[in-house]
Amino acid sequence: MLKLKVNDIDVEVEEGLTVLQACEKAGVEIPRFCYHEKLSIAGNCRMCLVEMEKSPKPIASCAMPAAEGMNIKTNTEFVEKARKGVMEFLLANHPLDCPVCDQGGECDLQDQSMYYGVDKSRFKENKRLVPEKNMGPLIKTQMTRCIHCTRCVRFATEIAGVPELGAIGRGEDMQITTYLEESMQSELSANVVDLCPVGALTSKPYVFEARPWELKKTETIDVMDAVGSNIRVDTYDWEVKRVLPIINEDINEEWISDKTRYACDGLLHQRLDTPFIKYNKKFEKASWAEVYKIIKSKIENTTKEKICGFVGDLTNMETSYIFKEFFERTLDIKNYESRTDNRFINILNREDYIFNSSLNGIEETDLIFLVGSNPRYEATILNARIRKSHLNNNTKIYSLNENGDLTYPYQSFDGQTQTLKNIFNGQHELSKHILNSKKPMIILGESFLRLNNAEFLYIKMKEFLSQNNKLSEDWNPLNILSCDASSVGNFDLGFINKEKNILNDLKSNKFEIVYLVGQDNLDFNKKDEFVIYQGSHGDKGAEIADIILPGAAYTEQDAHYTNLEGKIQKAYKASYPPGESKEDWQIINEIAEFMNNRKLFNDKEELESSMFNYLNLQKEKQNKEYLNEFSGEFKNEKLTIDIKPYYFSNIIARCSKTMIECNNSKLNLKSTGTEG
Amino acid sequence: MSLRRPAKNQPENFEFNNSSLDAANKIVSKYPKGKQQSAVMALLYIAQRQNGNWIPLAAMKYIAKFLDMPYIKVYEVATFYTMYNLSPVGKHFIQVCTTTPCMIRGASKLVEACKEKISENECELSNDKSCSWMEVECLGACVNAPMMQINDEYYEDLDKEKTLKILDQILKGETPQAGSYRGRINNEPENNRKTLMDYKNA
Repeated sequence: MLKLKVNDIDVEVEEGLTVLQACEKAGVEIPRFCYHEKLSIAGNCRMCLVEMEKSPKPIASCAMPAAEGMNIKTNTEFVEKARKGVMEFLLANHPLDCPVCDQGGECDLQDQSMYYGVDKSRFKENKRLVPEKNMGPLIKTQMTRCIHCTRCVRFATEIAGVPELGAIGRGEDMQITTYLEESMQSELSANVVDLCPVGALTSKPYVFEARPWELKKTETIDVMDAVGSNIRVDTYDWEVKRVLPIINEDINEEWISDKTRYACDGLLHQRLDTPFIKYNKKFEKASWAEVYKIIKSKIENTTKEKICGFVGDLTNMETSYIFKEFFERTLDIKNYESRTDNRFINILNREDYIFNSSLNGIEETDLIFLVGSNPRYEATILNARIRKSHLNNNTKIYSLNENGDLTYPYQSFDGQTQTLKNIFNGQHELSKHILNSKKPMIILGESFLRLNNAEFLYIKMKEFLSQNNKLSEDWNPLNILSCDASSVGNFDLGFINKEKNILNDLKSNKFEIVYLVGQDNLDFNKKDEFVIYQGSHGDKGAEIADIILPGAAYTEQDAHYTNLEGKIQKAYKASYPPGESKEDWQIINEIAEFMNNRKLFNDKEELESSMFNYLNLQKEKQNKEYLNEFSGEFKNEKLTIDIKPYYFSNIIARCSKTMIECNNSKLNLKSTGTEG
Repeated sequence: MSLRRPAKNQPENFEFNNSSLDAANKIVSKYPKGKQQSAVMALLYIAQRQNGNWIPLAAMKYIAKFLDMPYIKVYEVATFYTMYNLSPVGKHFIQVCTTTPCMIRGASKLVEACKEKISENECELSNDKSCSWMEVECLGACVNAPMMQINDEYYEDLDKEKTLKILDQILKGETPQAGSYRGRINNEPENNRKTLMDYKNA
C-alpha cells in the first residue's frame, strides 16, 4: 500500500493505481474526458491536470502512477488555471451548437465547461469543419464536435475486438473514422455512443427524439438474450425512447449489445392492442368478455388430454408460473412445455442447465472449450467477457466447430461428436490441456443439447471431470449457455413435460386446443386445432391463432427473469400495455376466474410469494445423483451450430426497423466483397 | 497542409516484388517475434518505392496482412506522415522546401517557377504526365537555401532562373546535375573555406 496526500487528506492506495484513482479515493473529483475505467489509458485530453509537489509543471493524473509520499493538490489556483487553459483549447474548435445537439443535457463537455471553463474564448480564427462519417445504421456522427479523446477507438480495439476505428491525419486535421467509412462490424458498436463525452457520436435511431430531462427513467432487465443485462429504459409517455446500460460488474459491466439497445423500437410496431377472434379466416375485434366466453366453452367441450400449452422465449416467470398453475389447478392436466425442440435437459439438478462458472468466473478460468455454441451471436456480452479474459489472462480458447470471427483467436476441431468423445476419454491432445488446467470451462450451447447423443456425451464429460478432480464444490466447469431470457426461469419452475413428448404430439396434430403464450417459434402445421395466442406482437403465432389475447411486453410489466447463471432479477414496469391489452398473468388469472368463478391468485403479491415458495421447495428437492448411467448407444454425428439470425432472434427484434437496417447493412457489405 | 486523402483511382492489387520482399523480410527480422508491426513505416516506404513513389490502398492492405495488423492501423500511419504519398506523383517528383530559412532566401520564386513549368496547383501532374511538384516542410539543407528535391537528389542555392533551367532539362528528359548551383562543394562557406584546407573534397 502506498501512502500519499491529496489536498492534505491522507490516502492509502494499492500499488499500480494512478493519481486520479487516488484522488477519487480521497473524495476529490477530477474532470476528465479521455480516461475511462474500462479502457486503456491514453492521457491525451489533459483535462485531469493536477499539481504535484516538486513538479514545476502540472501532471496528467490519469496517466501518472501513484507513488509513495506524493503530495497532490487539486484545489489551487494553479490547477484552476491549467483546467481553464485546457478547456479553452478543447472549445477552440468545438461548435456552439448545443441547442441542436442530441448530447445536450448529458454532455460531459457541457457540464465540465460550466464548472471548470471560462465564459469567453480568445480564438478568433476560423473553426475547423470535419465532414460526417458513415459508421453504420446505429451511430450518427457530427465529427466537428469531436475532441479526439479516442475513447471510441480504444473501445473498438480493446473491448469489441473489431479494430476498425482509428484516427487519421494529424494535428488540426486529425479525424476519427472507420476504415474507409465502412459501418462497424460489431454487435457492441453502439456502446461508443455512451462513451463519447461530447455529441460527436450520437444514436441514429434516437436522433432529435427527446431531451434527457423529459424522459422517465426505469432501471430494469433486458430480455434479448439470456445474459440478463441491466438496463435503463427511458420512456416519454407510453413510448420507449431508448435503452441504456447500467453498471453491473457481475453481469454486463458497462456494456450492452446493439440488439438490447435498439430493438426497443419494435415495441412500437405491430402491437396487439385489443382481443381478436377469427371468423372465416379474418380477424375481428372483440371484447375481453367475448373471448373469455369462447375460450371457456371451447375448453369445456374438449377432453382435457387434448389441450396443451406453450410459453415463449420472452415469457417472464410470473406468467409461466400462473400458466402452469392454470393447467394443473384449473384444467388438471400437465400438457405444458417451454422447449421448442427435443433438447436434452435434466431438470432435477439445477447444475445441469445453468452457466455454473458464472460470468465473473470467465475471468478466472485458464481454458475455455466451446461446444456447439457461438457466443458472439448467442450471448454477445458473455463473448466480450471471454475476449477480456483472453486479453488479460491469455486464456486458451478451443472450439469444437469452426465458428468464424469470434473477436479473439481460438483453435477449432472437426465438429464431430467422435472427437468430443475422444477428448473426454482422455485420448485427445485437448484432454491433456483440460487436465493441466486449474479452472477449465466447457461451454455447451443449445446446438449441443439438441444432439441425439447429448445425454451420453454430457454424462461422459461429467464423469471425466469428476474423476480427474476438476469438478468440485466451488468450481463446476460445465456451463450451459442458454439463448433465451426465459429458458432457465422456466426450467426452475419445472415448466417442461417429463412424461411425454408434447412437441411430437403437436406435430402429429394430436391436440385440439393449443394455448400459446408468447410462443412464435413452434414449427408445426396447423390442421383443425383451435389456437389461442396470447402475446404482445402480431407475428407467426398470432397468424395461426383463432383467438388473440393482447398481452404486455417486457417493459410493460413488473416481473422476474432468471439469467443463464441462474441469477434471478426483477424487471420493472417502465411503460404500460397499449390499448386494451393487459399484463400476461392477469389474462390467465381472469380466464381461470371465468371458468371456475375463482381466481388463481388474488393479486400479484400472492402470485409472487407463491412462486418463490415453489422455487425454494424445488431447490431443496435437487437430485444430484439422477444422471449417472446411460444405457443408449453412441453413434457419431456432426455437430452443426444452428443459431437464430442475430438481428431477428425474437419477436421484438423482428418488429424493429432498426434491426432490419442493421441486418441490411451487413448484407450489403457482404455483397460488395470489399470486406477483405 | 490539409488532410490527405487516398486517390480515387486505385489499383486492384498490390504485391511486393522479389527485391521488395527481400528488403521487407530483412526489416521484419530486426524486430523481436510478435513485434513485427514495428516495421510498418519501413514497409510503407518500400511499397512507395516499388509503386512509382505513391502508396495505393491495396498496398496498405497488403502490408496490414503481411504484418498481421488491422487495416486501420496502417492507414493511420500512412495518413499521419506527409512523406507518404497517397495519390500518384510524377516520375520526376519535385519537392520545394518552403520552411523559414528557404522562405527568407526566396523559396516562393521556386514555387512560381514550378507553377509556370509544371502545373498550376500542387500535386498535379504536368501536361506530359511526367512531373509533379509540392511544397514540403524543411528538408534539412538550410545552409544551401533555397533548395528543392527531385526524386533522390538535392538541388541547392537556387533562384528562379536556375530553377526554370533545371525544370526545362527534366521535362526534356535530361538529368540536371545535383548539388549547389553557386559552385559550392557541399555546404562550405560562401567566401572559400577557412578550415580543412588540405582536403580537396571535405
